Amino acid sequence: MARKPKAPAKSKAAAKAPANSGSRLNDDIGEDKRLKMFQLQLEVRHLETRAHDLFLQNLVKGTSHLAVGQEAIASGFATAMRSDDYTFCTYRGHAHTMVRGASMTAVLGELMGRECGLLNGKGGSMHLTSVEHGAMGSYAIIGAHLPIAAGAAWKSQYLGTGQVSVCFFGDGTTNIGAFHEAINMAAVWKLPVVFVCENNLYMEYTPIGDVTAVEHPAADRASAYGLPSIIVDGNDADAVYRVARDAIEMAREGGGPSLIEAKTYRHFGHSRADPAKYRPEGELEEWMKKDPIPMYRQRLLDFGIGENVVSSIEEMVMKAVDDATEAAKASPEPGSEYLFKDVWADGGASWRN
Amino acid sequence: MAELTYRDAVAAAIAQEMRRDETVVFLGEDVAWAGGVFKTTVGLLDEFGEKRVRDTPISEQAIIGAAMGAAMTGLRPIAEIMFSDFFAVCWDLIANQIPKTRYMTSGQVIMPLVIRTANGGGVRFGAQHSQSIENWAMMIPGLKVVAPSTPADVKGLLAASIRDDDPVIFFEQKSLYADKGEVPDGEYVEELGKAKVLREGTDATIIALAAMVPRAMKAAERLQAEDGISASVVDVRCLVPLDTQTIFAEIRKTGRAFTVEENPRLCGWGAEISSLAMEECFWDLDLPLIRITTPHIPLPSADALEDEALPSVERIYNTVREGLD
Ligand SMILES: Cc1ncc(C[n+]2csc(CCOP(=O)(O)OP(=O)(O)O)c2C)c(N)n1
Ligand SMILES: [Mg+2]
Repeated sequence: MARKPKAPAKSKAAAKAPANSGSRLNDDIGEDKRLKMFQLQLEVRHLETRAHDLFLQNLVKGTSHLAVGQEAIASGFATAMRSDDYTFCTYRGHAHTMVRGASMTAVLGELMGRECGLLNGKGGSMHLTSVEHGAMGSYAIIGAHLPIAAGAAWKSQYLGTGQVSVCFFGDGTTNIGAFHEAINMAAVWKLPVVFVCENNLYMEYTPIGDVTAVEHPAADRASAYGLPSIIVDGNDADAVYRVARDAIEMAREGGGPSLIEAKTYRHFGHSRADPAKYRPEGELEEWMKKDPIPMYRQRLLDFGIGENVVSSIEEMVMKAVDDATEAAKASPEPGSEYLFKDVWADGGASWRN
Repeated sequence: MAELTYRDAVAAAIAQEMRRDETVVFLGEDVAWAGGVFKTTVGLLDEFGEKRVRDTPISEQAIIGAAMGAAMTGLRPIAEIMFSDFFAVCWDLIANQIPKTRYMTSGQVIMPLVIRTANGGGVRFGAQHSQSIENWAMMIPGLKVVAPSTPADVKGLLAASIRDDDPVIFFEQKSLYADKGEVPDGEYVEELGKAKVLREGTDATIIALAAMVPRAMKAAERLQAEDGISASVVDVRCLVPLDTQTIFAEIRKTGRAFTVEENPRLCGWGAEISSLAMEECFWDLDLPLIRITTPHIPLPSADALEDEALPSVERIYNTVREGLD
C-alpha cells in the first residue's frame, strides 16, 4: 500500500531566524565561538560516522541512534551553555554528551561495550551520561527526561545556583503525556529549564504529521502553557546559538522556561536497524543541500577565516576520532566485577544478609 | 506444516483472527506502515486496511486506554507496546483499570483484549529495553499472562489470547524473533493454561519459560550426553492460568526440580512455583527446588556482562549437575 504524502509542513524558520548575510565576524557571536561551533559539529559528524562504521564491523552492538544531520543543535546549545549547566537528552545522545566535554574514547568505548566506556559498558549507547560535564543522562523511555530536567531546574532555583537545565527531545515526544505535564509544571513554577524539540520530521518510521494534531509539534503547543512559539532553523548553528543564548539567559535570570522547536533532519535511519525506506524520494537529497556542516564551513570562509584554519580543524578532528577509535578498540571488555557493582550507594549489589 | 519464524507467527496469528472476526482491531506505534519495529506485523495493513490496523502517536496511555474502551464496548483490540519496559508508562491502565473492571462491576463489563509486547534480553539493549517483566503482570489479579517459546506456540497461543474474553498480556521474547519452527497449517488455536513437557526425564525436572526453554533443552541434552543425567524439560508457556497439574506431575516423577527464569531474582515466577510445590508436592521432593535466575540487578548492555547475567546453558547445566551431586 502506498502512503498518501501529506502536504509538506511550512517552516516558519526562515522568517524567525536572524539573517546572517551581512553579519560580520565581530558580531554578537564572534570568531572564537564560531570556530568552536564548527569544531563541535565536525566532532559529532565524524564520531557518529565512525560509530556507524564500527557497527558495520560488528564492533558496536545493541542499538544506536545517530545525530548525523542534527549537529548544529547540539553544538549551538553547548556553546551557549555555562559549564555547570545541565544537559538532559535522549537515546540519540552521543552528540549532546560529547559536546559537553565527554571524551570521544569514552563515548566510542561505551558503544563498543568496553571497560573504557563512559559507563564501563553497563549502560550502552542509549544511556550516555557524564555527570562531571553536566551531561545528566540520555533517556531511552520517551518523555521521561522532561519532568526530570524540570526537577534539576527546581534544584537550581531552590539553591539559587543559577544553573540552567537544557532538555533535548524529538518531535514524536510531544505526543506523550510527560511532555505536557513537565512543561506545564515548569511554567507554573517558573523553572530555569529550556525544552528543545529537535524536529527531524519523523517519529521512528512515521512522518510526524501523520500522528500529530498540529503542524509544529512543539511550537504550536507552547501557547497552551503560556509560552511563546519559537521555531529555529536547526541546521544553522548561529541561529541555534542565538535562540539558545536568549532562552538560557532568560531562565538564569528567573524568567522561567522556554520551549524551542528546531527544524532539522537525520541523514541516517532512526536507528541502526532502519534503512529509512519510508522517506519520499528526493527528501534526503533536499536536506543534504541544507547539511549544516558544509554550510557552516562556507560561512566561515565568507567571513574571511582562512582555508588553512578551517582545514587544520578538520584534520585535527579526524585525527582525534582515529585516536579515539584505536584507544577504544584497545580497551578490554568489562570484567565480572562490574556486574555486581553499584546497584546500591554502598557500591554493591547485595539484597540480603 | 509450514516453517515460520517466531516473528512471522505473530502476523500469522493476528491475520488468522482478523479474517474470522471483524471486531478484531490492532493498534500500536509503527505497527501498520512499517510493519512493526521488529517486523512482526508486516502485511497486516495491506490485508486489512487502515481502519483495522492503526498507527498511533507515541502515547502509550492513549493506546492502552483506547484498547480498553473499545474492548468494553464490543471490539477485540490487540494493542502493541513496543518494548515491555514501556508498560511502566501506561501502568495505570494495565494494573488498575483493565484487570479490575470486570470484578468491580460484578461482571457487567467484559475486557476481551490482548496487549502484545517484546520482552526480555539477549540483544544488548541495556537496562530499559531488555527487562523480563512477566512477573509484573503475573502479580496483578485479573490479567492472564502468556509467554511462548516457539513459532507454533506464538501462533496458537496468540490466537487463543485474542479469542479469550479476559485481558491477556502476551510476552514475545525478542531474542527469539528469528527462530524458525514448524507451525501447523490452517486455522490453529491452542489452549491457554497448558504447560508442555518437551522432554521426558527421570533424574531432574527443569521448568523454563520463553527464551530460557531452548537453553534448558540444550542443558538437558548436555546433562544426558556428558553425565548420563536424564532431565525432563517443561515449557510453562502460560503463567496465568498456571498449569500446576502438568508441572507438579513432572516434579513428582523426579523429585528434583529447577526453574530457569530470565527475570531478576526477587519475586520471579519460579518463586511462586517453588512455594506452591512446597505446599503441594513436599513429600515427593528429594531436594529443595532450586531457582536459576538473572541476579537481582538491572541488566547491563555490554556483551560480556549481559551474557554473564542471563542464565546460560552452561549455568543451567552446572547448577543441575551440582544440585544432583
Ligand atoms: C515510552 C516509549 N514509547 C516508545 C518508545 C520507542 N521509541 C524509541 S524512539 C521513538 C521515536 C521517537 O521519535 P522522536 O521523539 O521524534 O525522536 P527522534 O528519534 O526522531 O530523535 C520511539 C517510538 C520509547 N523508547 N519509549
Ligand atoms: Mg523525530
